[in-house]
Amino acid sequence: MKVLAVAEHRFGNLNPLSIELLNLANKIGESEAVVIGKDVSKFASELAKHADKVWKIEDASLENYSPDLYVDVLSQLIAKVKPDLILVGNTAMGSEFAPYLAVKLGVPIVTDVVGVSKADGLVVSRYVMQGKIMVDLKVSTPCVLTIRQGAFKEGVQKTGQIVDAGIKPSKSAMRKFIGYVEPEVGEVDIAKAEVIVAVGRGIEDAANIPLAEELAKLLGGVVAGSRPVIDSGWLPKDRQVGISGKIVKPKLYLALGISGAFQHVMGMKDSELIIAVNKDPEAPIFGVAHYGIVGNLFDVVPELIDKLKAIKK
Amino acid sequence: MENFLFIRVARAFGGEMKIIVLAKHAPDPQSEVGVASDGKSLSLGAAVFDINDWDRYAVEEAIRIKEKLGGEVVVVGVGKNCDDTLRKCLAMGADRAIKIPLDAGIDAYQIAEVIAEAIKNEKFDMIFAGLMSQDMNNGLVGVLLAGMLNLPFATAVTAIDIKDGKVKVKREIEGGYQEEVELPMPCLLTIQSGINEPRYVSVMGIKKAKTKEMKELNISPKSKKVEVVKMYLPPVKKAELITGDPGQIATKLIAILKERGLI
Repeated sequence: MKVLAVAEHRFGNLNPLSIELLNLANKIGESEAVVIGKDVSKFASELAKHADKVWKIEDASLENYSPDLYVDVLSQLIAKVKPDLILVGNTAMGSEFAPYLAVKLGVPIVTDVVGVSKADGLVVSRYVMQGKIMVDLKVSTPCVLTIRQGAFKEGVQKTGQIVDAGIKPSKSAMRKFIGYVEPEVGEVDIAKAEVIVAVGRGIEDAANIPLAEELAKLLGGVVAGSRPVIDSGWLPKDRQVGISGKIVKPKLYLALGISGAFQHVMGMKDSELIIAVNKDPEAPIFGVAHYGIVGNLFDVVPELIDKLKAIKK
Repeated sequence: MENFLFIRVARAFGGEMKIIVLAKHAPDPQSEVGVASDGKSLSLGAAVFDINDWDRYAVEEAIRIKEKLGGEVVVVGVGKNCDDTLRKCLAMGADRAIKIPLDAGIDAYQIAEVIAEAIKNEKFDMIFAGLMSQDMNNGLVGVLLAGMLNLPFATAVTAIDIKDGKVKVKREIEGGYQEEVELPMPCLLTIQSGINEPRYVSVMGIKKAKTKEMKELNISPKSKKVEVVKMYLPPVKKAELITGDPGQIATKLIAILKERGLI
């Protein structure tokens, strides 16, 4: 089976997920990578250590990512290489252009895949219900899969050949890149905190944030939140933990009423000690926490605050 | 065709916007959801259904643009039981609704295909979809539809600015960064949660919604792209559970924190 992995880079760095795509490719067949940009030699050399072959597609118009130009040049390469499987990272970039590519190729697509096995076609595994349930899907080849970060970390070394594909965009981009907007800088950098009290949808209301703040103060830490809390405006954006927010590794991460969507878990899973309080015993947060409390945070937190106050006295 | 183009240009420069919004009636994953006895489908008898959270932001954004620039908001739902969600959108301020009574499950291709067919005669400026559905989490329908209709598109949009017939948007990428891009119209945008603060439905809105059009279109999908082999609870390592009454739990927590030198 011939597998084509579409590498990703931004801000001059190759996304490590690109290597994970090749780890998967090497497990199931012949691995080829493609990297697109203005000057991609540096990325091609990194990829060649993990691939049988690396295709370079270079053009001045490809300096910044554009979904329509990516699909245009990838379609040209795919017509030439004829892969059985196309792998793309399930990132802000990959999850955007991959479905468009699938439609243009007229092939099936499955997103956010965490497991792949060969059957009559392929059987792929992914989560639904924000991590609570898993589904195995049968999909015919050729197809496009977007792959979740961290699912294929183990791989083999290769010394692949680097080839200039000689492909240029056949049109100009419909969508124009303007620029990047930097993250807002707040008063507290949660990435530097040793103790984080993080709140999720279970905190229920902005009026309950002071409860978390009181606990954080007693523990010498700061308050952070998962996406629903930030979306509701209960905490500022710079307090968001997750892939689209901040990656944190504190000594203590106390998760209050956080369900544990993948996007959040990737931002805190490397914390030294994770304690989670959630009403739902099936919440995915208990899969990453060291200690779990199945219960109401409004029962547990006030007790904890009282006991900490007593100790401080 | 000439007439159609004229209307499009007049609309774009005169301000009026016709926006199609996709809205899914979906179970809340934080309510009681499980696997059915066939091992291939979801058990949702005790689940709480509502408009997909991302779609709520998409509908709100479309209504805000209409309120500012004038125009029309048409909401499209796919599913035999999507009436409540469509009515909610109408009560929020959408002008009319199209219902396609098809239960396509996890197959996003089929959903996009029937929507493409349903809106082929609608002369829209923009299509909004939620970034993903809260139940299936595919994140596919919007972009598949853009591909089928050859539209420029952007996903995970966090801000929209319409000027001189073009749409400038910010889209969320990793690490708190955003990417700013410009698209011509017509185009398709998938909306990230948090882009606005969705309004609550008013009593007046509910009353008005009853007089608004909800058209049902029976469309069958042409293709089947994926097949469910099985559904199951994921194997996870579970946290060590701390049990007892709240006082006992707090005492045990204090002991753990002390042992780790955290207090």
